[in-house]
Amino acid sequence: MPSNTYYNEILTEHNLHPEHKHALPGANTALRGVNPSCGDDITLQLKVEDGVIEDGAFVGDGCAISQASADMMLDLIIGKPKEEALRLADIFIRMIKGEASEEEIDELEEAGALQDISHMPSRVKCAVLGWHTVEEIFKKK
Amino acid sequence: MEQQFEGVRGADTLDIASVREDFPFFAAQDTAYLDNSATSLCPECVIRTVSEHYLREKASPFRGLYPLSVQITEAYEAARETVRGFINAPEAAEVIFTRNASESLNLIAYSLGSHILRPGDEVLVGITEHHSNMLPWRMAAERTGAKVRYLLCEPDGTYREETLREALNGRTKILAITHCSNVFGRVNDLRRFAELCHANGTLIVADGAQSVPHMPVDVQELGVDFLVFSGHKMLTPMGIGVLWGRRALLEEMPPFLTGGEMIDAVTTDEIWWAPLPQKFEAGTVNTGGALALAEAIRYLGRVGFDRIQKREADLTRMLVEGILDTPHVRLIGSQDPAEHHGIAAFTVEGVHPHDISAIMSDGGVCIRAGHHCAQPLHQHLGIPSSSRASVMFYNTEEEIGRFLTVLRSIRGAMGYAE
Ligand SMILES: Cc1ncc(COP(=O)(O)O)c(C=O)c1O
Repeated sequence: MPSNTYYNEILTEHNLHPEHKHALPGANTALRGVNPSCGDDITLQLKVEDGVIEDGAFVGDGCAISQASADMMLDLIIGKPKEEALRLADIFIRMIKGEASEEEIDELEEAGALQDISHMPSRVKCAVLGWHTVEEIFKKK
Repeated sequence: MEQQFEGVRGADTLDIASVREDFPFFAAQDTAYLDNSATSLCPECVIRTVSEHYLREKASPFRGLYPLSVQITEAYEAARETVRGFINAPEAAEVIFTRNASESLNLIAYSLGSHILRPGDEVLVGITEHHSNMLPWRMAAERTGAKVRYLLCEPDGTYREETLREALNGRTKILAITHCSNVFGRVNDLRRFAELCHANGTLIVADGAQSVPHMPVDVQELGVDFLVFSGHKMLTPMGIGVLWGRRALLEEMPPFLTGGEMIDAVTTDEIWWAPLPQKFEAGTVNTGGALALAEAIRYLGRVGFDRIQKREADLTRMLVEGILDTPHVRLIGSQDPAEHHGIAAFTVEGVHPHDISAIMSDGGVCIRAGHHCAQPLHQHLGIPSSSRASVMFYNTEEEIGRFLTVLRSIRGAMGYAE
């Protein structure tokens, strides 16, 4: 029986104990991201001051990949300027397409644990949901 | 020779080894295929029927006056007769070939809907319905000013007789209801439903997509007015389906699709529709599909429908009991295996169905995840989505065992302590 390649400990840990899954009282921007075909549904809440993501959180439901990916993403982008968040989003999305270099994937820290999803086309949307939502938030402004 | 001997020895049990040899899928794939209620596998004889037909004797039926065309017309009509016998319809002209159950239901909803629905009328639709037996009625209601109301089931999927009695009123023109639910696997007592409907002047449209492949269905005994099903869920390739309806109704109903083959005569001002069944079969028909369906019916007969039913009941029992025995797993519907007819939908506490099906696929098992085209039913049950395993007679205990082994490992794989 082949092993569960992408359900590794990092992913399951972020799914079962997401640090950033809660409402964010001081948030000044929020956006909902939905994958209608899967039922993944998250609302990303950010507190952005002078172009820097001071704090962030999410609420919602969905598969382990969508939930863990959003949690890892917040680990990575909280405290960073929005331009940096967009740059990381670009790397993440390219990683999922199998187009990012090793050095770039290293920059994603734990989120790099999702790179095997590139072999599972049906789960790509789940992995990128949080990141697409961040892109939407900042590209709108 | 040994296999044949086994087949003879177990006269009332099916010879699984020789059945598996009839399906080249098993030699080509090493996955346990448990998504049979989405679509079934094809035995070689059915595919050979299609390929021989198209390779050696292709010609347009009905139109040509040369012998080959006549021969194909006869083969196509013989297939219709085989289907008629299979569901015990009074006459072959009442059997219409379509693409699938969905097209059959769209045809009925469009044509019967425009024929009998008036503003203020009601169509009663089971909450258990597949979207294919729900959306066509909603569209028909929108076009005609009628209203769709839902017949609600109990949490275990049963419809209570009182619920139906209370729902039927003077404006209820049609009840659209499944014979066997693709989520619960439960078979509805359509004979009783039909009596109640007819006493109320209501027509009953039965969705046989999940029943016809797995149990003898006799339209005269059921007493329904229409029955639909898909070939691809009963061993044929995709693209052939059936609509059966009572002659008197089909004759009154306007055509659905129009075009070639479905008219007697056309002038610039007038049209004379062809008699049944051609009136509802516009355009060049799917001869290969019809022949495939007839061969599938003969194959089921050769294996033995009673043996198939018994084997599917045994496999279902193993599947359902295994699910009930697994901690943190909840079976949807009845807890009695006899009520499931090959279908077991379930949820695993704390694990999303898409993760379940991904772990299943890593473990070499194909199952379905999502809402199974029955989203309003999931809303009614208060479950966003579920997973579903479904068996057919060619499945083995080993395959169900593999499914149950992976099922027991899922919570652990997702990081739960137990
Ligand atoms: C109960 C039921 N009705 C209708 C359908 C639609 O069948 P098809 O997709 O072949 O038209 C299905 C299968 O998906 C079904 O399970």
